[in-house]
Amino acid sequence: MVKVTIDSKTIEVAEGTTVLEAARMLNIQIPTLCHHPKLTPFGGCRMCIVEVKGVPRPLTSCTTPVSEGMEVTTSSPEIEELRKTVLELILSDHPNDCMICEKAGDCTLQELAYFYGIKENRFAGERRVYEKRDGNPFIERDMEKCILCGRCVKVCEEVQGVEAIDFTYRGFKSKICPPFEKDLKCEFCGQCVAVCPTGALTGKMWALRGRQKDIKEVDTTCAYCGTGCNITLHVRANEVIRVTSKEDKWNEGWLCVKGRFGYTFINSPDRLKKPLIRIETKDEGRRTKDEKQEGISRPSSLVPHLSSLFREATWDEALDYTAQRLKEIKGKHGPDAIAGLSSARCTTEENYLFQKFVRAGLGTNNIDHCARL
Amino acid sequence: MKANNNTTIRICMGTGGIAAGGAEVLNAFKKELNLAGIKANIEKNCSMHKVGCRGLCAKDVLVDVIINDEKTTYQFIKSDMVPRIVKEHIIEKTPVIDWVVGEDYHNFHKKQFKVVLSDCGSIDPEDITAYIGVKGYEAAKKVLISLKPEEVVEIIKSSGLRGRGGAGFPTGVKWEIAMKQDSKQKYLICNADEGDPGAFMDRSVIEGNPHAVIEGMIIGAYTIGADKGYVYIRAEYPLAVERLKKALSDARENGFLGKGILGTKFNFDIKVKLGAGAFVCGEETALIASIEGQRGMPRAKPPFPVYHGLWGKPTVINNVETLANVPCIIRNGARWFASFGTEKSKGTKVFALTGKIKNSGLIEVPMGIPLREIIYDIGGGTESGKALKAVQTGGPSGGCIPADMLDTPVDFESLAKVGSIVGSGGMVVLDEDNCMVNMAQYFLQFTQMESCGKCVPCRIGTKRLLEILDRITKGKGKKGDIELLEKLSRDIKAASLCGLGQTAPNPVLSTIKYFRHEYEAHLQGKCPAAVCKELLTYYILEEFCNGCGACLRACPAGAITGEKKKPHFIDSEICIKCGACFDACKFKAVAKE
Repeated sequence: MVKVTIDSKTIEVAEGTTVLEAARMLNIQIPTLCHHPKLTPFGGCRMCIVEVKGVPRPLTSCTTPVSEGMEVTTSSPEIEELRKTVLELILSDHPNDCMICEKAGDCTLQELAYFYGIKENRFAGERRVYEKRDGNPFIERDMEKCILCGRCVKVCEEVQGVEAIDFTYRGFKSKICPPFEKDLKCEFCGQCVAVCPTGALTGKMWALRGRQKDIKEVDTTCAYCGTGCNITLHVRANEVIRVTSKEDKWNEGWLCVKGRFGYTFINSPDRLKKPLIRIETKDEGRRTKDEKQEGISRPSSLVPHLSSLFREATWDEALDYTAQRLKEIKGKHGPDAIAGLSSARCTTEENYLFQKFVRAGLGTNNIDHCARL
Repeated sequence: MKANNNTTIRICMGTGGIAAGGAEVLNAFKKELNLAGIKANIEKNCSMHKVGCRGLCAKDVLVDVIINDEKTTYQFIKSDMVPRIVKEHIIEKTPVIDWVVGEDYHNFHKKQFKVVLSDCGSIDPEDITAYIGVKGYEAAKKVLISLKPEEVVEIIKSSGLRGRGGAGFPTGVKWEIAMKQDSKQKYLICNADEGDPGAFMDRSVIEGNPHAVIEGMIIGAYTIGADKGYVYIRAEYPLAVERLKKALSDARENGFLGKGILGTKFNFDIKVKLGAGAFVCGEETALIASIEGQRGMPRAKPPFPVYHGLWGKPTVINNVETLANVPCIIRNGARWFASFGTEKSKGTKVFALTGKIKNSGLIEVPMGIPLREIIYDIGGGTESGKALKAVQTGGPSGGCIPADMLDTPVDFESLAKVGSIVGSGGMVVLDEDNCMVNMAQYFLQFTQMESCGKCVPCRIGTKRLLEILDRITKGKGKKGDIELLEKLSRDIKAASLCGLGQTAPNPVLSTIKYFRHEYEAHLQGKCPAAVCKELLTYYILEEFCNGCGACLRACPAGAITGEKKKPHFIDSEICIKCGACFDACKFKAVAKE
C-alpha cells in the first residue's frame, strides 16, 4: 500500500493505482476527456494534469502511478489556465453545433466548456472538414466532432478485439478511421459509440428521435441471448429511442450489435404479439422450387400476406393444438420423429426445462440449440 | 616513370561526396592509374568528417593524394580533373597548386577536437580490419574480459558523458539503473532516427565509422545485461543503413557479436530496424512503440523505458554519438574524457554547421567552446560577408542566440540559460537577410506536420501558433498577436505530452525574446529583412536604371513598364513579388523593402 496526499487529504491505496483513481476515491473531481476507467490510460487530452510536489512540470493524473509520500495538487490557477487553453484549443477545432447535436446534454466536452465558461475562443482558426459517408445502418461517424481521445480505438482493440479503426495521418490532420479511410466494416457492436465523449460517434437510428433531456431511463435485461446483459432503455414518449448499458453492472457496460442497436422490433408493425396458427401450407406463399431455379419472381401483389396464411389464436388454443399434434406425430411415427431446437435467446433455466421436456416429456434425445457450433 | 608503391588516394565517399560526384572521381582515378600502370590504393574514405577536411562538405569532392607520407588535399574535384592530377602530381610529382585546398580548409580544422569523428574519414568504413587497425574493438575486449559491469558504470559516470540526443541525461546513471533492474530480458537500443532538418551528425558517424557505434553498443549491453540490441535508423539514410548492415555482419563473422563473444559467456546481437520517416519516432517511447509494430506515438513517462521499455522490459536508449564516445572513453580513460569540456558538460560535441556560413559542414568541438569561435574561426564567418544576426541551435526544438551573445559557451547549461538547447547538434547560421518570424514559421511548419496527433496542445496548439505566425508574415497580424503567441507557447510547453510538443514553441519564444522588434515591424506592415513576400514592395531606383529592359522581359506579370534607355517603373498593384526583376537587374537598380 502506498500513502499519498491529494489536495491535503491523505489516502492509502494499492501500488499501481493512478493519481486520478486515488483522487476519485477521495471524491476529488479532476476533469477528463480521454480517460475511461475500463481502458488503458492514454494521456492525450491533457485535461487531467495535476501538480506533483518536486516535479517541475504538470503530470497527467490518469497515467501517473502513485508513489509513497507523493503530494498532489489537483487545482491551482496555473493548472486551471492550462486546462482552459487545452479546452479552447479543442473547441477551436470543433463544429460547436450543440444546438443540433445528438449528444447535447450528454456530452463531456459540452459539460467542460460549460464549467470553464468558454464563450469566446482566442485560438479560432482552421477546422478539419470531413464528409460523413458510412454506408452501414448502425454507426454514424462525424469526424469533425472527434477530439482524438482514442477511446474508440482502445475499446475496439482492448475490449472487442476487432481493431477496426486506428489513428492515421500526423499533426493537425490526424484522424481516426478504418484502414485506408474505407467505410467502417466491423461487427458494429457500437462499443466505440458508447465510449465516445462527444457527438463524433452516434447511432444512426438515434438521429432526430430526441435527446437526453426528454428521456426516461428504464433498466432491464437484454433478451437477445442467455448472457443477459444489463441494458438501459432510453424511452421518449413511450418509445424506445436508444439503448445503453451501465458500467457498474456485471457486463461492465459492454454490449453487442443486437443489444445496442437491435431494439426497433419493439415498435415494429411486424412484431408477433399473439400466437398464430397456420391455415394454409407454407408453399402457398412462397415461390416453388422450379420458380426459384428459373429466377421467376412473383409480382408482390400475388404474394399472399402473412395474414392470409395464419390466423390469430389464444394461448390456450395454440398450446392445446401443439400438444395434440405432438401426440399425434409421436403415436404415428414414434418419438424420434420429433426434434427440439432451442434458442440462445432463452435463459439457461429455460433451456434446461426445454431439454427436459423433449427428453422426458416427448421421449427423444433429438434436442439441439441454435448456438451449438 | 616508375610506379610509386606508396601512393594513397583518398576520396570522399559519404553521402555528400557521392552527391558531388565522388563515385565518378573514384572511377576516373581507377581508369587513369590503370592507363598509367601505377599501383595505388584507392580507398573509399568515409565522407564528410574525414581527415582534417572531411567535415567540410561544402568543398566536396575532396581528394587526398598521399605520396610517401606527404599529403596533398584537393577540393571541388570533378572526374574530368583527374587526368591532370594523375599526370602532374602522381607521375611528375608536382601537385596541381590551383586545386589544392586553401587556408579556409586548414582553419576549419584548427579549433576542432575530434573524438567521435577522429577515425571518420581516415578509415574505410566498410572494412572491419581498418577499424581494428586503429585499436577498434580493444575497448570491448577490455570490458568483456577484465571489467565488471559495475566498473564500466563507474568509468562512464566519472567521465561525465551525457546523452548526445538532446536532453543530456548522464549516460552512466542510465546504465546503472538498467543494470540494477532485476529482469531476465533487457534491451539496448541505439537511436539513429536523426530527424532534425539540417542535422546529419549521426548519419555521418554511422557512414564513417559504424564499428565504433557497434562497439559502444556491445559495451553498453554487457554493462546493463542486455542480450538483444536494436539500431533504430531512418530509412532515408540508405548509405548509412548499408554500411551498418555490412559492419554488423562483419562483426558477427569476427566474433564480436553473437554467442560467447570473445570467448566469454556474454551473448549479444543487434537488429536493424528502419524508421518510416516520422520525426516523433526519435522520442524514446514512440521509438519503442514503432519497434513493437505500433504507430509511433509517445506515451507518458513515468514509467521510463529504463524500467518499462521495449516489450515491457528494461530498455536503455542511447544516441549514436553517445555510443560512439564509449569506446574512446574506455580506451583512453574517464579522466582523459573529462579533461575536455566544462564542469557539467564533458567531452566534445559534433555539430552540423549550416546556413549562411562560409565553411558549412560537420564539426566536433570541445563542450564549452564560445559560439564565436565556432562561427568565425571554424566556420569562417558568414558566407555573404553580411552581418551575422543569430545562430539557431537545436533545430526545431531549439532557439536562437543573437549576434550580441556570441560569447555564450556551447554546453548544455549555458545554451539552456539563454533559451536554446544543444539538442542533437544542428547549428544554423542566420545573417541580416534572414527574417526571424519567417524562421520561427519554418520550424513550426515542421513540428506541426510531425506532431503525432496524440495530445491536444501539440496537435492543435502548434497549428494555431503556425496560423498566427502565418498571418503576421502576411501583414495580417493583429494587435495582441505577439502576446498571444507567448501565452500559447508557454501553455503548449507546459501541457504537452512529449519532448516534441514541450520544445516545439522554443523557436517562437526565443525569436520573440531577442527579436521582438521584428515581430512588431511585421505588425506594422514591414519585414525588416525583406523576406516576407506579402510585405515587400519592389521598386526601381531611377538613378541606377539605364533602361536596359532586362527586368521588363523577366517580369512574368507584366508589371514593369518603361521606354528603352529610360528608367523603368514597377506597378505595385500588378506586381506579384516574385523577385524575377531583382535577380535580372545587373545594375542593382531594383530594390525591395
